[in-house]
Amino acid sequence: MRARNYIVGAAFALLAAGMGHSALAEDIKIGEINSYSLLPAFTEPYRKGWQLAVEEINASGGINGKKLVVVSKDDGGKPADAQTAANELVSSEGVAMLTGTFLSNIGLAVSDFANQKKVFFLAAEPLTDAVTWAKGNKYTFRLRPSNYMQAAMLVEAASKLPAKRWATIAPNYEYGQSAVSVFKKLMSEKRPDIQWVDEQWPPQGKIDAGPVVQAVAQANPEAILNVTFGPDLVKLVREGNTRGLFKGREVVSFLTGEPEYLDPLKDETPEGWIVTGYPWYSIKTPEHDAFLKAYQAKYNDYPRLGSIVGYQTIKAAAAILAKAGSTDTDKMIAAAEGISMPSPFGEITFRKIDHQSTLGAFVGKTAQKDGKGVMVDAAYKKGADYLPGDAEVEKLRPKD
Amino acid sequence: MAFYVVQFLTGLASAASLFLVASGLSIIFGVTRIVNFAHGAFYMIGAYIAFTLTERFSGAFGFWGGVVAAALAVALIGVLVEMVLLRRIYHAPELFQLLGTFGLTLMVEDLVVLIWGPDDLVGRRAPGFKGAVDFFGQNIPSYDLFLIVLGPVVLGILWLLFQRTRWGVLVRAATQDRDMVAALGVNQKWLFTSVFAVGVFLAALGGALQIPRDAVHHAMDLRIIVEVFVVVVIGGLGSIVGAFVAAVLVSELNAFGILIFPKISIILVFLVMAVVLIVRPWGLFGKPEAAARKTPGLTVNPWRPLTSNERLASLAALVVAALLPLFAGNYALTVGSEIAIFVIFAVSLHFLMSVGGLASFGHAAYFGLGAYGVAFLAKLAGLPMIVCLLLGPLLGCMGAAVFGFFAVQLSGVYFAMLTLAFAQIVWSIAFQWVSVTGGDNGILGVWPASWAASPSHFYWLALGVAALVTIALRIAVFSPFGYALRATRDSVLRSEAVGIDAKRIQWTAFVIAGTTAGIGGALFAYLKGSVFPDNLGISLSVDALVMVLLGGVETVSGGVIGAIVYKALNIWLVSQTDLSKLVLGGFIVLIVVVFPKGIVGMLEVLAQRRRKSSPPGSSLLAKPIESAE
Repeated sequence: MRARNYIVGAAFALLAAGMGHSALAEDIKIGEINSYSLLPAFTEPYRKGWQLAVEEINASGGINGKKLVVVSKDDGGKPADAQTAANELVSSEGVAMLTGTFLSNIGLAVSDFANQKKVFFLAAEPLTDAVTWAKGNKYTFRLRPSNYMQAAMLVEAASKLPAKRWATIAPNYEYGQSAVSVFKKLMSEKRPDIQWVDEQWPPQGKIDAGPVVQAVAQANPEAILNVTFGPDLVKLVREGNTRGLFKGREVVSFLTGEPEYLDPLKDETPEGWIVTGYPWYSIKTPEHDAFLKAYQAKYNDYPRLGSIVGYQTIKAAAAILAKAGSTDTDKMIAAAEGISMPSPFGEITFRKIDHQSTLGAFVGKTAQKDGKGVMVDAAYKKGADYLPGDAEVEKLRPKD
Repeated sequence: MAFYVVQFLTGLASAASLFLVASGLSIIFGVTRIVNFAHGAFYMIGAYIAFTLTERFSGAFGFWGGVVAAALAVALIGVLVEMVLLRRIYHAPELFQLLGTFGLTLMVEDLVVLIWGPDDLVGRRAPGFKGAVDFFGQNIPSYDLFLIVLGPVVLGILWLLFQRTRWGVLVRAATQDRDMVAALGVNQKWLFTSVFAVGVFLAALGGALQIPRDAVHHAMDLRIIVEVFVVVVIGGLGSIVGAFVAAVLVSELNAFGILIFPKISIILVFLVMAVVLIVRPWGLFGKPEAAARKTPGLTVNPWRPLTSNERLASLAALVVAALLPLFAGNYALTVGSEIAIFVIFAVSLHFLMSVGGLASFGHAAYFGLGAYGVAFLAKLAGLPMIVCLLLGPLLGCMGAAVFGFFAVQLSGVYFAMLTLAFAQIVWSIAFQWVSVTGGDNGILGVWPASWAASPSHFYWLALGVAALVTIALRIAVFSPFGYALRATRDSVLRSEAVGIDAKRIQWTAFVIAGTTAGIGGALFAYLKGSVFPDNLGISLSVDALVMVLLGGVETVSGGVIGAIVYKALNIWLVSQTDLSKLVLGGFIVLIVVVFPKGIVGMLEVLAQRRRKSSPPGSSLLAKPIESAE
């Protein structure tokens, strides 16, 4: 039993060793958390994106002369571990703010942590509307266009389709559920004549695509809304192609135009789906050209949407810190509310009313080019145009 | 009508892929009794290697040759794993091999990303099976038809192999009674190795054949492993025909179930397993396990309460731990609280596993129920923290009382799998019942009251509860109840002969363990300020198993050390390295090889040896143990 003492001691020694770093006092530290080990397909380009941003910021003199340091942690895809990481970043690394997160439930967990500990949190990726609305709080801001915004962008195109019979396929968790319900609501408002004939809810990551495709085909819809992504999307598309599900049917699909999800499809890419995404090859604006050039020069690889999100998250954090001129949480909140800044997609603003940024997304159609999936006829949709009016937002969001 | 035929055929195709992987697992378990957690990892490596080979060599020969070559290559890896790792631990306590294969799985998940990159890979379609066949206006992919044929063909080949070859006779004999086979002079080493190779070959073949349908990615293993286990158990362990029937049953129920309940897939296999196990305790085609022939108590160090010196040492350790807030920062204290909570969780499972001999694969259910209990009381009823902490674990207690009643009717792996099924059912309720549980977005804002809010206060609270729970369970071990429980573990027949109501004793133990886990969960909810379905999930149940096995299942309080080492290491590695799974997996494999009795178990053996070389009085105790090794 003496051994127990040694082991307890060793365990705490290990812990203590983990807390040893301390950067120079004049550096500004940002804490960053993401699901690196669970979702490397998205988070690797994301990491490259924010690393590029850090390099650029420090090359041009840092934040008000101070060097920017990003301390990055993996949450393994678990909300509880994300909170452990957040706690480490805040308590022992002494970061000025938290950023990052991918999954909606992790975004909410960290946002709740931020609210409790009074820490500034800039959510990068989580799409759930709850982050800024139903469970929004004064400490949390979000960069990416939310579920609602992406649904609104897609509905704009989808409502012009003649199709009246619609079916939906979505992963059975919060993201899929809320994407479908917002899409249905907005769609039915614009087109009261629409019928929803079938819905399929495969478990996330475990779609048994054959039966799902058959079941949807059996309902004989004229159009399909798809919310699956990643490996599930691959299986769905392959089964759908072989079984002719998409022939003569319109398909509207969340996120499918993002290189992360479109590129693996290669010569199986279905033609003519209406999707949100990121056609980096056809964006011709000076802001994006500069980003693309810098990214390709540094990594010899093309950017994914994750790269944009990572890059802009850190750029936004730096802009907020520079404007606040301080790492005081209240000053950062004051600085962030209504701040405007450039981005590879053009100027964006973090709204004062709900802390949502007006970063938009590209809506276009899928096509095949030389055996690869691409987005064509893509147009940038500004986030600001797809958010509900202020009165409605105030109803959705609890008072601070 | 045509639609239903096609839907049936589609279900059959899904069943065929499931069966290939499941049959391999079933054979391995039947003969070696290894719960091969790495089976999914072999499936995944099969797919990755097949992807590389089929991309490089085009044409029909390249594709089919690549698929078979990949399966063979992975089988070779399997042989290597068996010879280097598993052979060393066949005689370790039951389920210890699970720990080793779990470590391997962790390593493989990082390795495939290192080797093949993070992107999802989409392989070629199978030459000759690219299109679909028209069936009264419905399309059936020709590759599905190929799989539908392949399933029964593999079943037939396996049947011939087992019924018509000498090797098959030996395998069947070993499945029935491996001690007897060994006594008859069969070289078990090579029998086990060859069986493992065949099982891994089937897993890898199953993975390689997914290339034309699926994307190859680094989470394929976890996606399939649990489902495959369930199929094997539904069919009856060691029964190939059973695995086939179970695969067809599950796949067809899913194919038709989604037509009526589109959300059924998430829970279907577990529902089927729970029903099958309650009605048929050994699966559809399984037979009751032969009674173990080992003499109870021989391999285990006789348990005894702590001596007064050891009590003082433990108390000193507790005092040292309680002094932590004097010199550690807030982060270390929060991590300390988390570790203390996991100590509670681990000792509760340890009590069930080592004292009761009942290994639960779904222990997180009661931990999570405790956490949800607190969240409901705090958020819906608005009760103060003390009341929530006292009443919250009752939800875990109630869950354990209901599920435990059914679970203790079974034993061994069937018991474990039924607990897993119950845990998954609870998980899916938490996941799906959005209006009450918040679904996967969880319940937020369950923060501690001001008296416990500071990290040091919460740490003392968690540490104090952990110490009380550990002491209480130790007292239970050495109480008459504890002795009765150990009697049911060591010999059901003898314990019944002396008048012990085994099922009632085990049920009580299950409720105690569940309630204790619920206490841990209740504290966890306040530590994190939120509750998510993750708190009930499989990975948390696996964590608990790993902690207990790491500490040593044949010890009285190994769970304490297992929890401290595993949790501290896990948190530290995740924070320090991007390859935390690789390092943690490697560490676990190393522990398995070096400490086949777990950390505490090994320390006890060392202590015994030292005592043996000192005064003669104590060596009397150590002798029978030495001779048993």
